[in-house]
Parts: sequence; structure tokens; C-alpha cells
Amino acid sequence: MSNIQINNVRKTYPGGIDAIRGITLDIADGEFCVLVGPSGCGKSTLLRMIAGLETITDGSVSIGDRVVNDLEPAERDIAMVFQNYALYPHMTVYGNMAYGLKNRGVPKDKIKVMVDEAAATLGLSEFLTRKPAQLSGGQRQRVAMGRAIVRQPQAFLFDEPLSNLDAKLRLKTRVEIRDLQQRLGTTSIYVTHDQMEAMTLADQLVVLNDGAVEQVGTPIDVYNRPASVFVAEFIGSPPMNLMPGEIDESGLVTPAGVVAAPAGVRHGAVTIGIRPEHLHPASDGPLRLKVRVVEHLGASANAHGTVPGHAVEMIASLTGADLPAKGETLGLTVAAENLHLFDPETGRRLH
Amino acid sequence: MVERRPFLTFIQHAVLILGAAMFVFPIYLAFVASTHTAAEVSGGVPLLPGAEMIRNYSLVLGEGISAAGAPPLWIMLMNSTIMALSITIGKIVISLLSAFAVVYFKFPFRMLAFWTIFVTLMLPVEVRILPTFEVVAQLGMLNSYAGLSIPLIASATATFLFRQFFMTVPDQLTEAARIDGAGPMKFFRDILLPLSRTNLAALFVILFIYGWNQYLWPLLVTTDESYYTIVMGIQRMANAGEETPQWHLIMATAILALLPPVVVILAMQRLFVRGLVEVEK
Repeated sequence: MSNIQINNVRKTYPGGIDAIRGITLDIADGEFCVLVGPSGCGKSTLLRMIAGLETITDGSVSIGDRVVNDLEPAERDIAMVFQNYALYPHMTVYGNMAYGLKNRGVPKDKIKVMVDEAAATLGLSEFLTRKPAQLSGGQRQRVAMGRAIVRQPQAFLFDEPLSNLDAKLRLKTRVEIRDLQQRLGTTSIYVTHDQMEAMTLADQLVVLNDGAVEQVGTPIDVYNRPASVFVAEFIGSPPMNLMPGEIDESGLVTPAGVVAAPAGVRHGAVTIGIRPEHLHPASDGPLRLKVRVVEHLGASANAHGTVPGHAVEMIASLTGADLPAKGETLGLTVAAENLHLFDPETGRRLH
Repeated sequence: MVERRPFLTFIQHAVLILGAAMFVFPIYLAFVASTHTAAEVSGGVPLLPGAEMIRNYSLVLGEGISAAGAPPLWIMLMNSTIMALSITIGKIVISLLSAFAVVYFKFPFRMLAFWTIFVTLMLPVEVRILPTFEVVAQLGMLNSYAGLSIPLIASATATFLFRQFFMTVPDQLTEAARIDGAGPMKFFRDILLPLSRTNLAALFVILFIYGWNQYLWPLLVTTDESYYTIVMGIQRMANAGEETPQWHLIMATAILALLPPVVVILAMQRLFVRGLVEVEK
């Protein structure tokens, strides 16, 4: 168990492509850190640099109190769970879990105890003699987890471990991973492009964009106070409504109508962000939405449409029985504290 | 195809049986010839086996055909086996290692090394046989097992096949092994080699038959009877100078020469099938 410090790490590929442009992160002992971002943002590269599978161009990575920049992956005392599990196809489940221990010269009887224990933790005891090909996707995923926990490493690294599972199993496994990590208290770094996974798993959520950190914080912080337009769009489902607007004496002028502006924001052009669930129907509300499609999700419904007279798309997440019909124009209000205002030039948050 | 048409089934079987018969007939003829006396064979081979089988086979196995200048058959069989096995094992070991180096290590001129190997694919043995002979003669390897097998060991085909196979092994498997603390040779032994098992079996069969059927090369580098291989031995018997070739004994030799490759195929086929049944990814 130990903390992980990433200090101004850079990765430049031959040809001058900057994959990682100076990332500094501090992951506390036992913390579950999730790196999230769209594909190509460098999240997997960063993880692989921590694992030692990619070289570090500049900066330093320390696990515990050791700088691991020049250590082989095996010497870093980490375990990794791969997206396609990367199980050794010719070895049994037992062999897969024992291989790392065997290479470290752990005595045979001790290996057996450790593997049995890890298998019991994950409910794999009855599969130990099977080969990976004889297991289902979920079971293979657990074997990959087993291979990671059996060595009791200082840190777990997860590289999109759930993306090969079907939706239902993904939900279940997500909870299992979180539960297991909390029980073992092992520092973990988890890479995903799924913002839902990121929100539910993370102690610390790191949103990456184009090789740089966009925002770091607890999931709730990131959700409630996105630091930039990018984060606002990326985190949350359905995504945040964004539209151009302007602040003047009358308040916040939006394409849909004028609402009260939050205090302490400079006058001038802004990008307005409103989460769909913060839009509440009110017949005399200042915002107008011409409904095009209504999606019923059971507990709530999403009304998709446009602001009348403008090309601005808007989604409102509605609860309750009184749902609008297609083609209807809906009046909506939003509380001033639920408005997110961003600088249209830099995309950064204004308040 | 799932089709139920009796007439088609009949045609299919007829074609198959005819094809199989065409392939088997010469071998059958050789077998029949090997069970008759010289006199019976000389006028044309009868179509039914004769009574001389045991006598003919024990003659070729034990004494050889002294008149034809060939040693006893068991020596030639042994020579052929040694040569074929050395070539097969040598080729597999060298091509496995060179493919491993080319795929998994970064070193200067790596692609040049690979292409050099690859280009030799385009040169058949016959093209380079004279310079090779010269080298082997200068090294004093004429009339030795080393001379018979070493020049044939380098194999572009096998290297190429293993390279292609290694490239299909997912990178993440390599990475998982690195994290599990397996060094390059350990990874090679514990993971790559077991995964290549079915490929190994296939190549073993192909290369063994290649080695066994070598004719021109053994003919060139051996003058000492005790190093004759079976395939060239048969040729010696057939060109037995002034005398009439003893076809019944030659045919018995040919049938015996067929057996080791057949045994290898049968033995390896099991491994094949097992490799195919256990679907592994």
C-alpha cells in the first residue's frame, strides 16, 4: 500500500507528437483514482507509463517513496488488469494466477495458499483447473482480477477492464471492483472512457483532454462545478446543455429567454451550461423548448428539442407524470445557482 | 453444404474414390512388386501380391543389395532419419529464435536482417548448391552427418511463418508477462512456445518430409557408403551398372522408405487434432 506521485510527466513520441503534456497528480494511499477522457486523450498512455510499459520522456513517477522511472514493470510492484484480460490461454486459471508468483521465486506451497485465497475472494475456487477458453467473459474478467490481487501489489492499474462485458455484467462487476478495492485498501488507478463508470468508482476523478489534466476532484465536485466546457460536456448523462449568451444589466440573456444571472460574474459574452435535470417545467418560465422527441426512461424522461427561433439544441430531464407531447412548446425555469458560466474564448469556468 | 441428393452423393463419392485410387495405385504396385521374385517381376508386375514378401524384406533389411553397391537398408534408414531429424530440429530451433528476435526485440538493422532472410526464400536450393558444396568441402564436412544436415538447416520459410504467428500474439499478453516478471527468454519458453505448439507440429511434419526426401544434396556430399541415405540409395540400386535392376528388392526398399514419414505424420496428426479441438485464443 502506498501513494503514487506523478510529477510533471511528459510523453513525446518520436516525430514530436506530445501524447502527455506535463501531468502532475497525487494519488493518496488506498485511493481509487479514475482517469477519464475521450479516446486519444492520453489516459491509457499515462497508465502504461505508470506501469512501466511506456518510457517516460520527462518528469517522474513514484510509487511509495521510490522513483520508478527506470524500473522494469515487474520491479514496480504493481498489477495491471487489461482490457482484453490478456490471460495466458494455455495455462489453467491456477497457472495464470500463479505465474507472477512463480517468477518471483515464491515457494510452491506458499503459492498454493495465496492463489487459493485470492480465488476464494473472487469466487473462482471451482474454476482453478479450467483454461480461459472454457470460461465466460465475466469469469475471465475475474481471473484477470485474481491475477492482480494474488501478488498483493502496492497498486492496481486497470485499463478499461469492463469494456468487453455486456451492460448488465458491467454494472455488477463495477460494484464488485469497488467493493474489492475498498476491502483490500489498495491504491488503484483506473482508466475508462465511460463517464458513468468514472463517476461511480472514483475517489478522485481526473478528467484528461489532449494529454493534459482538465480537472481533478471528487466526482461530485467535478459534476457540480465543472472547470471547463470540456468537462461540462463530458461528465453527465444526458450531457449538459450548452448555449451562447450574454450578461448585461438585465441579467443573463440566453437564446431561450432572460434569466437571473449568478452573482459575481463579469458582464459580456459567456457560454451557458445547464444540466438537463436542473430544468424544471413552468408554464411562465423564461426558457422555451420546442419538443421534438421524448425518451421515457421509467423514472424520468428526456425531452429533446430546440429553442424556438434558434438552432440551439436542448435536453430537459423531467420527472412526474405530466410529460409534454411531440411538437409542444415547453416553458422551463432554472435556478441561478444551477447555471454554469464559461468563458467562450478559453472555455474555463467564470465563477 | 447440407444437401440431400442421392445422385450428387454418388458423384461425389465416385470422384473421391477415383482420385484416391489414382494416388494409391503406384504405391500398391510397388508393394505388389516387392512380394514377388525377380523373375516374376521382370515380365511386368502382376496385380496380386505374391509369396516372397518375407524373404525380400529380410534380404534388403539385413544384407542389402551388395551387387547394387548399396549398404544394408537399416543403415540407410538410420542415416536418413538422422539427417531428417537434424534438419527438422535445427530448422525449427533456428527459425523460432530468429523470428523471436525479429518480432520482439528492437535492434539496429532489424528489418534488414528480416528481409535478408526473406530474400533467400526466392533462391531454390539448386541455385546455391555449387557454392554451398564448395564451402562444405573446404570445411571438411563431406561424408559426415554435419555435412548432410547443416547446410540445409537455415530456413526462410519457417522463420517467416513463425514471424507471422508471433505477430498475431496480442501485445497485451507480452505486457502481462512483463508485469508478471517474466524476462524475454522466460516469456519465450513459458508463453510463446506453448502457444506455437500446433504450428510446431505442422512444421515438424513438413520439414521432416523435406529432410527425408533430400536427394541431390546427399548425392553430392557423400561418397562413403556408410553415409548413404535411403532416397539416394534407391537411385543407386536402380542404376546398378550392367546388371538388370532387381526391381522386387528396390520396391521393397521404396516401401520401407515410405514408412518413417508416414509414422511422423500419424504421430503429429494427433497433436494437430488435439490442438484444433482445444479451441484456444
